[in-house]
Amino acid sequence: MSRFALKQEIEDFLYMEADLLDQREFRAWLDLLAEDLVYFMPIRRNVKFGQHAEKENTKQGEGISWFDEDKWTLGKRVEQILTGVHYAEEPLSRVTHMVSNVRLLEVTPSAEDPVEVVVGCRFLVYQNRVEYESNTFIGRRTDTLRRNGDSWLIARRELILEQNILLAKNLSILF
Amino acid sequence: MTTTLPIDQMIDTARGTISREIFVSPEFHREELEKLFTRAWLFVGHESQIPKPGDFFVSRMGEESVILCRDTQGSVHVFLNSCRHRGMKVCRYESGNTSLFVCPYHSWSYTTDGKLQGVPLYRVLYEGQLDRNEWSLIEVPKLHVYKGTVWASWDAGAPDFMTYLGDAVDHLDQVLDCRDGRPGGSELIGMHKWVLPANWKFAAENFLGDTYHNPSHRSVDMIGIGPSARAGQSGRRDNEYNKGQHVWASFPAGHGVHSVWMPEDFDYQPSYAQYPIVDEYFRHCFYERKKRQGDKARIMPFTGNLFPNTSYHGRQPRGLCVWHPHGATETEAWRFFLVDADAPAEVKDVLRRFYMRYSGPAGMTEQDDMENWLYATKSSTGTIARRYPFNYQQSMGAYKHNDPIPGDVSTQITEQNARNYYQVYARYLKGEGWDSLLGTGETKQQAAE
Repeated sequence: MSRFALKQEIEDFLYMEADLLDQREFRAWLDLLAEDLVYFMPIRRNVKFGQHAEKENTKQGEGISWFDEDKWTLGKRVEQILTGVHYAEEPLSRVTHMVSNVRLLEVTPSAEDPVEVVVGCRFLVYQNRVEYESNTFIGRRTDTLRRNGDSWLIARRELILEQNILLAKNLSILF
Repeated sequence: MTTTLPIDQMIDTARGTISREIFVSPEFHREELEKLFTRAWLFVGHESQIPKPGDFFVSRMGEESVILCRDTQGSVHVFLNSCRHRGMKVCRYESGNTSLFVCPYHSWSYTTDGKLQGVPLYRVLYEGQLDRNEWSLIEVPKLHVYKGTVWASWDAGAPDFMTYLGDAVDHLDQVLDCRDGRPGGSELIGMHKWVLPANWKFAAENFLGDTYHNPSHRSVDMIGIGPSARAGQSGRRDNEYNKGQHVWASFPAGHGVHSVWMPEDFDYQPSYAQYPIVDEYFRHCFYERKKRQGDKARIMPFTGNLFPNTSYHGRQPRGLCVWHPHGATETEAWRFFLVDADAPAEVKDVLRRFYMRYSGPAGMTEQDDMENWLYATKSSTGTIARRYPFNYQQSMGAYKHNDPIPGDVSTQITEQNARNYYQVYARYLKGEGWDSLLGTGETKQQAAE
């Protein structure tokens, strides 16, 4: 397979995945997650020039981030929505996930026979809730995808949300 | 300063009604900023955020930005984050270490003890006019560090913090003390900051002792997200208190708590299933705490709110949350998560993961709170809605004094904590003196059973 064809395949996968979330196929979405998934959204801080690499984002594996969790916890989030009494998502929000700026950052071992792919993209997630409530979440995303037969599993997802103080009351949707 | 607002009609705690106006009206919001947030003791930060000389953390009191700072001599200060010349924020980093706060606007600079040091072109433009000693950063007149937590008040006449805290101290200690009962020793493991379109008092009241809202958390209780959830346990916490007597206590200065009074012979309840190291840590701490604290160890915490806007979770999870007013119908929430500083790494790791899935905007439990506070605020802004007060008549009179712990104590779910809170709130808005604000000037009304 050429690198071009691989990129096409990966993009299709990302769009299909976004569609599952937007169609509220939450359980099917969970099936796309590897058992050893890392799902991470740091908290961003206002730091002095020169300290960004070291201090701007909270770190995976330490302290408090917006999300620093595994598949079990995401499974719980889905389970909670499906109770029908998780009032922050009952009635369900209307959500659209946009994915763009897709780039293959690493392909292992090769584009001809890819086993693992690190793919960068931008996300724009629009949430509309009940009547007047709406939130726009924009940021950069880096996913590690692992070959799974004809398809892929998400092994790692890092979401860099472009906000300091969170401007939404909740992060009750899946990213 | 007197107010033109009909406070006593709007806050009628004897009848158990409170006007919706206090949750939505810009007038009340302004009055709160003028008369409450300029006087009450407010939580500013944790010493573990500023361990070294020159360390600073930019915090907030009411709607205003302040700098919590340790000066080069090691003393702790809280300054208004605003240059004395034209008001620009002198610091827009969240935390760091510095020897000077340099204003970006005209480059006036201040040392870490707040003194105005640098004034560009001083000799040419200001000599003989500007006395630098008079133009230091504006500093809070009252500051107190209690077991690592830093508190401040803008009122030079305010009573000292420990007097203000009163008997609520025994409950705050459950948050701040080491799990093994040694005094203090907590460290900040991280923070959340977010804004929510709700009046800040909904949040404060939620923690003050509104246990009645438990059904709103049914979804997490059904699926189980607690420390032992991976072992299949439902609920959002471990069952540490199943033999205890729940108590709701309120205090004359406006504080309210929901704690548990454990029986004399209470024993450790296994928790943190699937994390033997963590279970062992808490087991060890449990017996050490009992040994150290004796009868006091029988108090175990759920939640509380220190007047006006600092709430806590005492144990699962553990931390402080400040509900900053951000307009009449918006709140900026800052949560400070705590762990024992000397706990093993695995204990801290399990705790932080639990804190994240429980608390704040990404927390499965508190998301439902935020939904309620938002729509409770929104649907109270209407002209018709504002004609009808909220009901606060739950468990009227059903409390005793100092039984089994200090304060007005109820052993059933109650809105007494809220009635007491808004009584004190009304006194601030009426501009009353500290005797009244501390509740020391009145005869305590004993409970009608």
